[in-house]
Amino acid sequence: MAEYTKMWEDIGLDLKRHDTLLEALGKIYGDVYMTQTNRPKGMEYFDFVVSEVHGLRIKELMEHKEKGGKVVGTFCVYVPDEIITAAGGISVGLCGGAQFSIPDAETILPTNLCPLIKSAVGFKLGKICPYFEAADFLAGETTCDGKKKAWEILDNYIPTYIMEVPQKKDAIDRELYLKEIKAFKEKMEKEAGVTITPEVLGEKIKLMNARRKALERLYELRKSSPLPISGKDACLISQIAFYDDPVRFTSKVNELCDELEKRVKNGKGVIEPTAPRILVSGCPMAVPNWKLHHIVETSGATIVCEETCTGTRYFDTPVVDETPTDIDGQLKAIADRYLNIKCSCFTPNDDRIDQIIQFAKDYHADGVIYYTLQFCLTYNVEYEKVKRALDKEGIPLLKIETDYSEEDTGQLKTRIEGFLERIS
Amino acid sequence: MFAGIDVGSLVTKAVVLRDGKVAGYSIISSRTNPRKAGEQALEKAITNANCKREDIKCIVATGYGRSSFSFADKTVTELTCHATGAHYLNTEIRTVIDIGGQDSKVIKLDESGKMSDFAMNDKCAAGTGRFLEVMAQALEVGLDSMGEFSLKSDKPCSLSSICTVFAETEVISLIASGAKKKDIVAGLHMSIARRVGSMAKGLGLQKEIAFTGGVAKNSGVRSAFEEFLSVKFAPISEDPQIIGALGAALVASKF
Ligand SMILES: Nc1ncnc2c1ncn2[C@@H]1O[C@H](COP(=O)(O)OP(=O)(O)OP(=O)(O)O)[C@@H](O)[C@H]1O
Ligand code: SF4
Ligand code: SF4
Ligand SMILES: [Mg+2]
Repeated sequence: MAEYTKMWEDIGLDLKRHDTLLEALGKIYGDVYMTQTNRPKGMEYFDFVVSEVHGLRIKELMEHKEKGGKVVGTFCVYVPDEIITAAGGISVGLCGGAQFSIPDAETILPTNLCPLIKSAVGFKLGKICPYFEAADFLAGETTCDGKKKAWEILDNYIPTYIMEVPQKKDAIDRELYLKEIKAFKEKMEKEAGVTITPEVLGEKIKLMNARRKALERLYELRKSSPLPISGKDACLISQIAFYDDPVRFTSKVNELCDELEKRVKNGKGVIEPTAPRILVSGCPMAVPNWKLHHIVETSGATIVCEETCTGTRYFDTPVVDETPTDIDGQLKAIADRYLNIKCSCFTPNDDRIDQIIQFAKDYHADGVIYYTLQFCLTYNVEYEKVKRALDKEGIPLLKIETDYSEEDTGQLKTRIEGFLERIS
Repeated sequence: MFAGIDVGSLVTKAVVLRDGKVAGYSIISSRTNPRKAGEQALEKAITNANCKREDIKCIVATGYGRSSFSFADKTVTELTCHATGAHYLNTEIRTVIDIGGQDSKVIKLDESGKMSDFAMNDKCAAGTGRFLEVMAQALEVGLDSMGEFSLKSDKPCSLSSICTVFAETEVISLIASGAKKKDIVAGLHMSIARRVGSMAKGLGLQKEIAFTGGVAKNSGVRSAFEEFLSVKFAPISEDPQIIGALGAALVASKF
């Protein structure tokens, strides 16, 4: 890592704290990931990406910037990567998944705020995350109140553009969102000093669709029994999608899928087929938040799907329609695809509930764990609707509300093991 | 013979079964070292049951420290164990309320005694034995006598905080304002009953109901529950604190 010290120093990281973070990360990754058995060979690439998460990838970003390209930090799956990349930019997901930076955030933010927001803001305040330091500006959105107001504060530390995301999906909302997409395109053009042509935008739409399809292929394989890949590994791949180079990422995911297809054909699994299969549904899990997956998968069960933003919400079909060849048609296709994502910030959001039931069936889940981050109001409240619907279907459901700290691990283990005993 | 060890967050319990009956049991503190506590509790229960270690065919560990007890043949959560133990004592039981040192749990059972659903408090200590211990200290009342003491109250104080830290402050200011201790203790019991009782109602309260865990020994909390839920708890013929360990021993006998 020594080779990167100068780069980290140049981008303004607090080196001492950054070292502590990297050391902690390495240890967690070792405990959570490297202790697994029967891992597919194709995971080596993703292990490598993690080992170079603050090294090689940051170097790539810095080289991109030297050539005049922009780096845009995002926090939500409603900000279209197609537009950022069509303007020659790179988008990086900056959601925070670490307890480490939360005390930094709590110096200026209320404690009873979603840990994802606190962790992200803390990374910037503490100068501990090289992605934040590499970003030219942030593209936030208005999906939830906590984020919306946090962006105003973050703007004091790094320019933060805010895209409005409507809360309903009616015609006027679609119109508003399309206007926001257009405004965001103009913003990107201005920042990058380029004009986005239909040719380039069309190419990027294809690129992002290819990434979605690769992830969909991976998730499709998780429907098999025996399961060819652990929930932890699949979750990691979804998380890496947010900051890795999209072309390389897509080809590596497809390579892995080739291997997994062989595994499925030969009936080779990572865990005995009798292990309970769990569908996780709810809030995003940003790196290095592997808490729930680790507890579930060290309790004899396995996670077969994440109905989360770091899961199906990220690649949710249909993909962007590739037929339009004019900018207006393309932007509308983008808006249509993105507004089809089913986040609890919307009302009504019954599509999400139908989808959870569908996923539970498709992935042959024995039970659903509803995962909500502490103080995430929309997911917390929406639980009641999910519960009623799943009860009706006879699908066992467990709600877990937690943050990033380790102090409730024992209690969570009891709950999760109890749930597994209940459904076995 | 079979044994069940419940390494709770505060207290470790062990039960030895002979011919499907409780032959001996023990209750000791877990505070020092959960691994040692499990072994010590087992030894004591074996002595009380008048048998030898070699007589025990299978041991199941449960409770917060279940995985730290290295002699277990199997570990099972206390949710299943409390359900199993309560069902063994009374097959009519459909709901178990277990309040221990750190957790409060409500467990639903089907006719066969299998756990069908449950609810647990989140990580805060409100509505648990630990909460009562902190309050007993603040009030300078013995933990064992809190129940009897509160039953004398005819005007329980109303406490607004459920958080241990705030409730302690509230208790201290109540003492300062001259409130009677028995009324404060009764108010504390009511606040536990309200909190855990609401959790039980949310899960769907079905009769018969058993109250287990160390806090079930507190007659004041029992009667606060009965008042809040308008029910009578089913009588239990064993010490309510050992029901988890009993359940573990029963699981061991079927393993
Ligand atoms: N005689 C008594 N009167 C009142 N309360 C009592 C009595 N004996 C024990 N308790 C309470 O019971 C609690 C311990 O109960 P128990 O043994 O069920 O807890 P645990 O299993 O260690 O905890 P948990 O289940 O939360 O991990 C203590 O906190 C204490 O307050
Ligand atoms: S949960 Fe909703 S608001 Fe949060 S990142 Fe996902 S889509 Fe965006
Ligand atoms: S998890 Fe919930 S509260 Fe947190 S940022 Fe996402 S939507 Fe907002
Ligand atoms: Mg207990």
